Amino acid sequence: MSIFLNENSKVIVQGMTGSEGSKHTSRMLASGTAIVGGVNPRKAGTSVDFDGTSVPVFGGVADAMKETGADVSVIFVPPPFAKAAVIEAVDAGIGLAVVITEGIPVHDSTYFWAHAQGGSTRIIGPNCPGLISPGRSNAGIIPANITKQGKIGLVSKSGTLTYQMMYELRDIGFSTAIGIGGDPVIGTTHIDALQAFQDDPETEAIVMIGEIGGDAEERAADFVKANVTKPVVGYVAGFTAPEGKTMGHAGAIVSGSAGTAQAKKEALEAAGVRVGKTPSETARLMREIVGA
Amino acid sequence: MVTGGLRCLIVDLFEYQARDLLASHGVPVLPGGVAETPEQAEAIAREIGQTVVVKAQVKTGGRGKAGGVKLADNAEDAKARAQDILGLDIKGHITHRVMVAQASDIAEEYYFSYLLDRSNRTFLAMASVEGGMEIEQLAVERPEALARIPVDASKGVDSAKAAEIVDAAGFAPEVRDQVIAIAVQLWDVFAKEDATLVEVNPLAKAPDGTVLALDAKVTLDENAGFRHAEHAALEDAAAADPLEARAKEKDLNYVKLEGQVGIIGNGAGLVMSTLDVVAYAGEEFGGVKPANFLDIGGGASAEVMANGLEIILSDPAVKSVFVNVFGGITACDAVANGIVSALSILGDEATKPLVVRLDGNNVEEGRRILAEANHPLVTVVDTMDGAARRAAELAA
Repeated sequence: MSIFLNENSKVIVQGMTGSEGSKHTSRMLASGTAIVGGVNPRKAGTSVDFDGTSVPVFGGVADAMKETGADVSVIFVPPPFAKAAVIEAVDAGIGLAVVITEGIPVHDSTYFWAHAQGGSTRIIGPNCPGLISPGRSNAGIIPANITKQGKIGLVSKSGTLTYQMMYELRDIGFSTAIGIGGDPVIGTTHIDALQAFQDDPETEAIVMIGEIGGDAEERAADFVKANVTKPVVGYVAGFTAPEGKTMGHAGAIVSGSAGTAQAKKEALEAAGVRVGKTPSETARLMREIVGA
Repeated sequence: MVTGGLRCLIVDLFEYQARDLLASHGVPVLPGGVAETPEQAEAIAREIGQTVVVKAQVKTGGRGKAGGVKLADNAEDAKARAQDILGLDIKGHITHRVMVAQASDIAEEYYFSYLLDRSNRTFLAMASVEGGMEIEQLAVERPEALARIPVDASKGVDSAKAAEIVDAAGFAPEVRDQVIAIAVQLWDVFAKEDATLVEVNPLAKAPDGTVLALDAKVTLDENAGFRHAEHAALEDAAAADPLEARAKEKDLNYVKLEGQVGIIGNGAGLVMSTLDVVAYAGEEFGGVKPANFLDIGGGASAEVMANGLEIILSDPAVKSVFVNVFGGITACDAVANGIVSALSILGDEATKPLVVRLDGNNVEEGRRILAEANHPLVTVVDTMDGAARRAAELAA
């Protein structure tokens, strides 16, 4: 098994005809993902050729779902239109909406999160690399050639640290690696992923990567203590980040004593999570646990 | 698009900017203006024609204690007080402007704010009839005196919601309607201006019973800049570090820090992690620290690499540079070519040693390109921890 995404997932791409959407649709197809359609109201009824694979373009998410049975949408729509795109996916009742777009105003993401409550859509992101269940399906921009299917589950706020950790542990492999994004408001949290990995029989151990800002890691630590019986190792980035300065991710800002890397590390360790000082040390801790 | 976003992400406004923004949405404020010279302060005070308060415009608390807030009885007095305050150093912030506003007697002080509650992924209204003090202190000492009401982002604040907030805070009947109206207007500021914080402290009742916003803090979300062209003018270019200002002109996501090892990497998380790893390694070498944060994003073209290197090498504090790239979407050979051409573009300007660590997509080819170029300043180290150690050693 894997979480949120598997070999049966049928994926559509909102914003497939844009430059980022088209580049990554091509990469997702190359890694074996079942891309069943794209969405663009102005190009409905046409199709796009990706190295010999023809992908139909639909006018809306609901049409695409009806025609193809799609259950996952990957969203590359630019920030001014992203809110409407996510709302459309939610209203169509798609199971999973992966919002890759960076730079969405927080009023828009807070709005679509509120709008999605009570519905049937899980939102991942925004401003995230998406998720990959290696060898099965890839919904987003995570490189598929780093590693293979295996027994580690990975959840991370950061894209490149996700890739780095997948690379460090590439010989062991991953059930699913999920980048939840570095924005202040995100749809799927560390806790959601931890719960899913705990419930997934294929996942034997979990790596959790956090960074400064907010209290998501502290809350995840409480959750691990109460609900997770599988071994968890952690890594937190941003020990040297000064207060009041954003480090690239809109959510990565320390304000006052809240959100520091030290506080997150201490909370995780108090919950029994072994926390590495560097990504490589974190990978070594995982190797000790899985005996590889 | 996806890897772009090279910008400062949050704008805190000065008090006078926040006041003007509130006023433009109908929130009652006192007459006043902003001055950069004592003469301008005098002119504003003359127009107001009664006792004024002259306030330092700095983005930090504790202005009053530092001598940054003074009453003035007339225009000449306002000029003299502005003279005293302009140039004042308040906790490291130099005062470049003062706000001159009509002074008001205060009968009662209240507190009102809207903010993003990221833990609960919603907005939050906070209100109290015990304003004036630091709200963090009130929240700790008398939590029952601070009403906290979640606001559904998809519904917002209308008069009914505003009444719920105002009644939860226990505002007295004689000000209730005024505060409800102000609560709706403040929501208008919060939502229409894409703010992540609108805080009025104090919201004050004058002796005649009028409720006014006397001081406000506003933080804007720069991700929303595409629908607020006018917000660009609110940025405080003067306050930025000169290197940060130059980096911003070149669209680089750069933050200046106090250290000796220049850092270039791809992806915000990996760069933050690189800073930490260098700081750990630096402990062995007399406390060497990272000199900056610079995320060149997924593209890592030769031009971006050259721009980044140019900024970092022009920082006199930098003794060595650590280039840490994980080739995910970008292949390492492209990054290696970027480094080689960046060094040739920079020519004699490149004078400090570079430690390069590449991993990921096409790493062998990337390392081969660097080995072949055999640039005297470049050392290639295979692991992130090892490369950080080498860079720290070179900077010691």
